[in-house]
Amino acid sequence: MIDTIVPSPTETAEPAVVDGPPKMSARSVGVFYGEKQALKDVSVDIHDDKVTAFIGPSGCGKSTFLRCLNRMNDTIAGARVTGDIDLDGEDIYASKMDVVQLRARVGMVFQKPNPFPKSIYENVAYGPRIHGLAASKGELDGVVESSLRRAGLWEEVSDRLQESGTALSGGQQQRLCIARAIAVDPEVILMDEPCSALDPIATAKIEELIHELRGRYAIAIVTHNMQQAARVSQRTAFFHLGEMVEYGRTKDIFTNPVQQRTQDYITGRYG
Amino acid sequence: MATSSGHTIKAFDEDLDRLRALISEMGGLAEHAIRESMRCLVNHDLDGAAKIVEEDKKLDALEIETEKRAVQLIALRAPMATDLRDVVAALKISSVVERIGDYAKNIAKRVPLLADRDIEPLSLMPEMAKIATQMVHDVLNAFVERDAETALKVIERDKAVDDFYNSIFRTLLTYMMENPNNIGQSAHLLFIAKNVERVGDHATNIAEMVYYAATGQHIMDRPKGDDDMMVETV
Repeated sequence: MIDTIVPSPTETAEPAVVDGPPKMSARSVGVFYGEKQALKDVSVDIHDDKVTAFIGPSGCGKSTFLRCLNRMNDTIAGARVTGDIDLDGEDIYASKMDVVQLRARVGMVFQKPNPFPKSIYENVAYGPRIHGLAASKGELDGVVESSLRRAGLWEEVSDRLQESGTALSGGQQQRLCIARAIAVDPEVILMDEPCSALDPIATAKIEELIHELRGRYAIAIVTHNMQQAARVSQRTAFFHLGEMVEYGRTKDIFTNPVQQRTQDYITGRYG
Repeated sequence: MATSSGHTIKAFDEDLDRLRALISEMGGLAEHAIRESMRCLVNHDLDGAAKIVEEDKKLDALEIETEKRAVQLIALRAPMATDLRDVVAALKISSVVERIGDYAKNIAKRVPLLADRDIEPLSLMPEMAKIATQMVHDVLNAFVERDAETALKVIERDKAVDDFYNSIFRTLLTYMMENPNNIGQSAHLLFIAKNVERVGDHATNIAEMVYYAATGQHIMDRPKGDDDMMVETV
């Protein structure tokens, strides 16, 4: 990871983080559920070569924000998003934006593994097939295999691809969902508490996977587990009461946060 | 950054408080040992000196206890940010304080070898030690209080200890040159002065740790008195 640290004018000032151009960029994003404002004035960048973690107490707006990044909030009646969110400089809320295409470019993995009630093979093949990413059966087989390999699942399922995806263990199901997300060759992967339903070993495998996927995809992860945020991410954003309180290098956030609210939360003094 | 309130898990606060209390206890013992070593030196109190050597074991045991508790706290509580910096500082400070105890022990061991009460620099020694022990005292209070300002002030005082040392060094050199019979005793006194000077340096090191624990920032440049002394030595 290459960081550019801008020399600070005084020795006591915090060195600023300066990254390259972001993959996704959110500016002054607000979200309303009917009259209720769930998110206020959030500006965050997501970078290609970095994992960005969103942390904060329940109801702080971190999942709401994550869902803005591939317009999942569109599916909620009464939800309204304000501000700008760009993907490679392109406004994802523009009227000409094809939402189905957007969600192929910005994939998502949810808290509870949710494989289709179909075979392991079909779970992964479904996306590439409907998006026309494979011209032949052979090519599709290739996409399925490479996706399962990248998701670290191939060795465990290669001899039973026709078995049902729901027959796998929780951790395997979650890796199947990750394989499904990467099968359509996305640019960004959003993960909403991907390990909260998993045991520690399955969690470690997902974290290792996140580490391996970094560099190939921009990754944003919402997690309640601060140790997990510390382990897997390079950038961390702390949300509280619908605001983004602090954004910075993960190592700074967890050793020396600037804001008192961040400090109280990560040291276990909040609430 | 100050902490606004206690942890949601109260036992976490208790663990951290216990760690701070251990450091305070070690600091108290180390200060006492240095002060006693000076008293024994001036009064040629051989029994007192032997007791200092014996009591140093307590400091060693407390250092081990601190390390054990710090490791436990890291394993069980996963401290973050200011808490983590505090625990790491406690770990480092305990080993430095234990070292200060070793200096007191070393001084005490030389007491029987210094029967001659007439060597003039001897009288400067307690005064120098007083400043150094006060530095240790203040810097450990600063650690417990998470007080970066006091830590900075402690660092400034190291210059006075160094000045004392330089002065004692020059005087002892003159003694040795005047009469070779003085060399043995003077050499011991020189080591004692050096030990006390090191106590001041260690207090300064602790101050840097306290400053980092309290603020999350490192002190980049601090005044150093050692360099000019080295030039004079040559």
